[in-house]
Amino acid sequence: MLGEKDKLERFEQTILPHMDAAYNIARWLTRNERDAEDMVQESYLRAFKFFEAFTGVNGRAWLLTIVRNTCYTWLQQNRSRELMTEFDEEIHSDETDAWNPAARLIKETDSRMVRQALEALPAEYREVVVLRDLEDLSYKEIAEIAAVPLGTVMSRLARARGRLKRLLCERFKGEDVR
Amino acid sequence: MNCEAAQTLADAYIDGELDPAGRLEIERHLEECALCSEGYREHRALKRAVGAGELRFKAPAELQQRIRFALRREAQTETGPRTVPRRWFTAAASLAIAALALLFLLPWSRGKSDDLVAREVLAGHIRSLMADHLADVPSSDQHTVKPWFDGKLDFSPPVKDLAAEGFPLVGGRLDYIDNRPAAALVYQRRKHFINVFIWPSASGAESGTQTSERNGYELFHWTRDGMTYWAVSDLEQSELRKFVDWLQK
Repeated sequence: MLGEKDKLERFEQTILPHMDAAYNIARWLTRNERDAEDMVQESYLRAFKFFEAFTGVNGRAWLLTIVRNTCYTWLQQNRSRELMTEFDEEIHSDETDAWNPAARLIKETDSRMVRQALEALPAEYREVVVLRDLEDLSYKEIAEIAAVPLGTVMSRLARARGRLKRLLCERFKGEDVR
Repeated sequence: MNCEAAQTLADAYIDGELDPAGRLEIERHLEECALCSEGYREHRALKRAVGAGELRFKAPAELQQRIRFALRREAQTETGPRTVPRRWFTAAASLAIAALALLFLLPWSRGKSDDLVAREVLAGHIRSLMADHLADVPSSDQHTVKPWFDGKLDFSPPVKDLAAEGFPLVGGRLDYIDNRPAAALVYQRRKHFINVFIWPSASGAESGTQTSERNGYELFHWTRDGMTYWAVSDLEQSELRKFVDWLQK
């Protein structure tokens, strides 16, 4: 019983403080509040159960790995159509228009448009942007969390940003016409 | 460096993931190439727009509380992953409010209706699980638990050992029900806990076993030998009935 208490105390010090990061990624992956909350709670209980496996080095990355896995399991069960189960880097790799300069547009976009564009990305792209630009994680950390090679993190980020750019351009043009 | 390489490395560059040599090579290329230079500017603008968009969601305070509570409960019961349903938390919160209301509305009423006592009993049960305070005297030995109450209560609660029947004693605790101190005995059935609250009955009249259900908890109460008993748990009614039968034997 005492062991459990110590464990809880250590857990509360090392893992609990990262709840905002956990919620943020869960919220972006599930795209709604309620499910995000359930994902975070489930992840925390799972993390607590497997706390012995935590090496004590990077609590945030360790927790986010669990949150991500929990979310993907949920996505596969509940949103398999939204999730690109057949997610194929090749299908999404033909976005050469990503590089066409359209800086003017981006300067004028507001956060609502950025939010909508990010939400419209496939989960695999969305998460790398969230982990990199909202959570400030390194490529190496993202690679560990998403269980992909470093090169894949880079290519996904490039494609994600390319697509984001294109979506923003489309949206901007759409608003311009009105 | 050519344009293709510069484009491939654009993300790593703006994310600060390139080594100094790579950075230098890119900067040299950008000085010469207007198209790439424009592309990099745009890429940076996009990254800024994402970073500055206040897009980061923060965990609601209610969730933080819920998780802290679930973890404490988890640590206490040493169980595997088991989520505490949202309604559980809501129930606990509304009970806390009900308890407060009782405190202010009915400061000294003696012998409350069964319904109000049931509320207090349930609140006591939930508090004991929530506040990491299951037992003041954690012991599975009835001969340790029973004497512990001496001097703390003006009555001596009967303490039964039901380990052989599959309901091991976990310990005892002082609680406060119906405006008077009560003995709380804690029993366990697998990962579920049962709180048995005992105090001298006000009327002294015997009564048979009555059952009720409240917020997903089962409550049994009866009066015998001048004592009022309340048993509460999230066990199935049939299992709790078995426990109560053993207790009454």
